[in-house]
Amino acid sequence: MDSKISDKLKILADAAKYDVSCSSSGGKRKNDNKGLGNAEGMGICHSYTEDGRCVSLLKILLTNFCIFDCAYCVTRKSNDVQRAAFTVQEVVDLTINFYRRNYIEGLFLSSGIFKNADYTMERLVRVAKKLRQEHKFNGYIHLKTIPGASDELIKEAGLYADRLSVNIELPSEKSLQSLAPEKNYGEILVPMGSIKDQLVQAKEESKLFKSTPKFAPAGQSTQLIVGATAESDQQILQLSDQLYKGYSLKRVYYSGYVPISTDSRLSIITEPPIIRENRIYQADWLMRFYGFDVKEIVDEQHPNLDLDIDPKLSWALRNRHAFPVEINTADYEMILRVPGIGVKSAKKIVSARRFAPLQFDHLRQMGVVLKRAKYFITCQTRSLQRQDFDSEQLRRKILFGDGSVRSALLTQQLDLFRQVG
Amino acid sequence: MYFYTYDGSFEGLLTVVFEAYERKAWPTAIEQEHLAQPSMFGENIRVVTDEQKASRVWQGLQRKLSAAALESLYYTYLWEQAGFERLIFDYARLVFDSAESVEGNYTAPFILQVQQIYKQVHREKHRMEAFVRFQKTADGLFYASVSPDFNVLPLIVRHFEKRYADQRWAIYDTIRRYGVYYDLKKTDFVQLENPGLTPKQQGVLKASEYDENETKYQLLWQVYFDNVNIPERKNPKLHLRHIPKRYWKYLSEKQPRLH
Repeated sequence: MDSKISDKLKILADAAKYDVSCSSSGGKRKNDNKGLGNAEGMGICHSYTEDGRCVSLLKILLTNFCIFDCAYCVTRKSNDVQRAAFTVQEVVDLTINFYRRNYIEGLFLSSGIFKNADYTMERLVRVAKKLRQEHKFNGYIHLKTIPGASDELIKEAGLYADRLSVNIELPSEKSLQSLAPEKNYGEILVPMGSIKDQLVQAKEESKLFKSTPKFAPAGQSTQLIVGATAESDQQILQLSDQLYKGYSLKRVYYSGYVPISTDSRLSIITEPPIIRENRIYQADWLMRFYGFDVKEIVDEQHPNLDLDIDPKLSWALRNRHAFPVEINTADYEMILRVPGIGVKSAKKIVSARRFAPLQFDHLRQMGVVLKRAKYFITCQTRSLQRQDFDSEQLRRKILFGDGSVRSALLTQQLDLFRQVG
Repeated sequence: MYFYTYDGSFEGLLTVVFEAYERKAWPTAIEQEHLAQPSMFGENIRVVTDEQKASRVWQGLQRKLSAAALESLYYTYLWEQAGFERLIFDYARLVFDSAESVEGNYTAPFILQVQQIYKQVHREKHRMEAFVRFQKTADGLFYASVSPDFNVLPLIVRHFEKRYADQRWAIYDTIRRYGVYYDLKKTDFVQLENPGLTPKQQGVLKASEYDENETKYQLLWQVYFDNVNIPERKNPKLHLRHIPKRYWKYLSEKQPRLH
């Protein structure tokens, strides 16, 4: 029996791994019933895979039997892979026993679609319900919402789960139609909108009644695949921007397409676009934490992100008129826009300059990366560079000159190309 | 020249601050009694820990510092690296001698240093919360041993109490030779010193002492770990940055395969 569980785990963990989200943060579920687990506050990565991704949750499919045939998906009907299905009790036992040993923060449960959407969704909800009610489990639960599942089931899912997600899958409706004929944007956006409404409603009601049941306290997220279809970074980031604003998503995840399929509907690539994915995440961060508007990061002239340099440096090089920034007087928002200064050092700068005028040495000690920042700042009108460079020269200096090494990711990708070639 | 010694406790160190102010005798060095070499020159002052004096110093700091800054000072004590006593003393003195708040003045070297130490200790605390792997014993205790870079056991108790309220658990620090034990009601600091064992064997359980299902779940965890990996994205550098090799000894997924 044990070897059976282990075989199922092999298949159903393997099939779930392309869902990149493994976040366990933002929950508010406290252990106040002397039960098992606590999901308040920060997430914890209990391990890391050899590809460097965080392992925080037991991320599995309930089953990889699926009636759909999405070209990008390893579980698609027409793919010749081994199929397996967990029982509800097996998933509950694995979750509890892994959690008790401090392997995980909780469960991320998704599934192939068997029979129909509601039938599948009902099983997912049953796992969560059992964990919460029979095992007094307060750890983190992330449930995938099956497109087309009924409103009632989604509502019930939100009562037990900390986070719900519906994958938007691809960056445009056209791509979705050609690669996932059974899916459409409408079917994805409707549940997303309904989750958003439920979230708003639960929040409003909890202001009036303390006893209002929680609804997915860690919010909702989504994922889209990058590089399987031809969309530009501008299209992708505009879509994210709309999702953040229109559906108040907590996160949009980007999954660089790993060529797992030889389906003729897909563009032919040999390597996952790791650098591109990384640049898109950086741009996403700029929108969420650095006060950048999507239009400042990509536009008609620059529809794709520069792969060699990060989008913040890219923006700075296109907007030289905004620099240099005087560290001792500039607004926090502007300091945050300097390449080489992150949120933490920007906060330290603003705090420390109340006590004394800042020098370059102070900045270095606070963790500012001066080899980038020095071209864009002054300290008490002093500058570290003696001459002016144009943007192209700066770009080269930062990339290759002044002893700076090339980005590790870039070098790695080049290595990969070499191996392939 | 004044050479202070104390018993190594946090209260003891705060008592040193009190004594130094009372005598207006600023320390040349502050050392723990059992480590200190008496000096031939200057005055040796052996401070006896006094809870009242210590709490007066702490209250004085509380009036001028935020909870976060107080926490950083306690973290600096648990940091245990050479010179931590001096740093805490200098920080406290700057606080008491300034009319206005000094918090956030990162141009003062030891304020920035305390903040950086806080970050180091906090990261180790977080790593212990992540990398502790409990093993279930035959009598239902969930047990783990650790050897953290800094003395973070006191900092992680709350986290595990909240998380594992319904199971008995114990975490043992093999370097500092003490542990914490939760008995479903409260957590106590415990010594597991067994005189029949060498230092290396302290706190290590025998295979026969584990629950019959323990190996099964370790094995399943290894299976899981192996199958969530995406080989096409292999990135050993990033992997090592997240889990440096010195933490591998805790992790069942990093041990030889059981299957």
